Amino acid sequence: MTALIDYGCGNLHSAARALKASGARELYVGADPNILRKAQRYVLPGVGALGACLEKLRAKEGLLETLREQTIGQGKPLLGICVGMQMLVEQGFEHGRQDALGWFKGAVRQIEPDDESLPVPHMGWNALDILVPHPLFEGIETGDPVYFVHSFAVTENDPKTTLAQVHYGTSLVAAIGQGSIAGVQWHPEKSQRVGLRLLANFLDWMP
Amino acid sequence: MLLPRIIPCLDVKDGRTVKGVQFEDLRDVGSPQELAHRYEQQGADELVLLDITATLEARAAMISIVREVAGEIFVPLTVGGGIDSLERIERLLRAGADKVSLNSAALKDPDLVSRAAKHFGTQCITVAIDVKRVADNKSSEGNDGSGFGVFSHGGTRATGRDAIAWAKEAQARGAGELLATSMDCDGRQQGFDRSLLVNLAEAVSVPIVASGGAGEMKHFFEVLQIPRVTGALAASLFHDAQLSIPQLKSYLAEQGMKVRRTHKDEAGL
Repeated sequence: MTALIDYGCGNLHSAARALKASGARELYVGADPNILRKAQRYVLPGVGALGACLEKLRAKEGLLETLREQTIGQGKPLLGICVGMQMLVEQGFEHGRQDALGWFKGAVRQIEPDDESLPVPHMGWNALDILVPHPLFEGIETGDPVYFVHSFAVTENDPKTTLAQVHYGTSLVAAIGQGSIAGVQWHPEKSQRVGLRLLANFLDWMP
Repeated sequence: MLLPRIIPCLDVKDGRTVKGVQFEDLRDVGSPQELAHRYEQQGADELVLLDITATLEARAAMISIVREVAGEIFVPLTVGGGIDSLERIERLLRAGADKVSLNSAALKDPDLVSRAAKHFGTQCITVAIDVKRVADNKSSEGNDGSGFGVFSHGGTRATGRDAIAWAKEAQARGAGELLATSMDCDGRQQGFDRSLLVNLAEAVSVPIVASGGAGEMKHFFEVLQIPRVTGALAASLFHDAQLSIPQLKSYLAEQGMKVRRTHKDEAGL
């Protein structure tokens, strides 16, 4: 069973549909710790402001503890998407400072492209630049376009954990990974073939 | 490097996709689901669904159309038309929209943009601006207007607002994107309104989607050269098969522009 975490802060409709299209047979959408413990893998979506998502995530009774115990503790795979990835680092600076989960070193800061003519949010299709070969990128190549929409990005993380980057006036972190936990800044559920492939890879991933 | 977005727009009335010239004279061009599916397969980078009906019954029916269209595609979907509350936005997002486009209601109540951005995040709030050249739009404070006036209610009502000033305000309130439609150019197929878009692009830092006036492939190439204009929208051009998305993308690639290609598109399907 794959669990898509519903904590009130994600585009669950798209993510659920994309996971099913990628081969997820049993999909649980919810946040009940008792059911989550039975899942084999977890998808943590997230859209909107980082602080608001963190607040909602923490408000779900027993959710974080369960996720931590099942992923960091037991080594089950977790994929964070967009703000779902951003929440995994130590802190954020979107409308003030927020303490994030701290599963990865790093901070979430506003994008400041060197080229002033580049608009923010970074919105649209941009080429993935894969830095570390990873089971999640099976069948996906550097240059493959994926859909981004964000004004903030992960910085100051351990460079070894940056699996892929994207170029937008400056280099931005596009995917992170360590052990059984990974995250993508872009939206696989909105990235057509490449996105569905990443999700299918995640469903097959045995870290 | 960010790739330009080619965005087909489906104007939806009574469950069907319609097209019109200059916001009038509508005619049926097909089912929204079928068109959305076809455009996605052909390489549309995003889709826009615009509810152009005004009745409450039609508003309710739009939710299921959004659900059906969202069920056909794995590219981003923006939904606009008659959105006037956070509840409405929430229902559309739940039905599968990725972004909502606010227009008339935001002009009447600009704080709606602020509330929506705060509640759902700037990334899903697009402000659509229907623009027409006006002879004199000096504001009440006596400042000179840009000559570009904002119209509401499907382009039927002059608001007295200046388009550039409104664009800046929308951005300040949290719009993550602007969809600028030139009513002067819409339906004429003589090209996008370059002057409007250049002026807007100088005034804001969010991405702009250009709309109104596309008639040939070079119009897309030209408008996508303007900084911050990262998307170009067209409706009838695609619906009438005057131009296909694969054709357009091949052309843009030949001009040296990097574009997103899909496998089917490359195979010439």
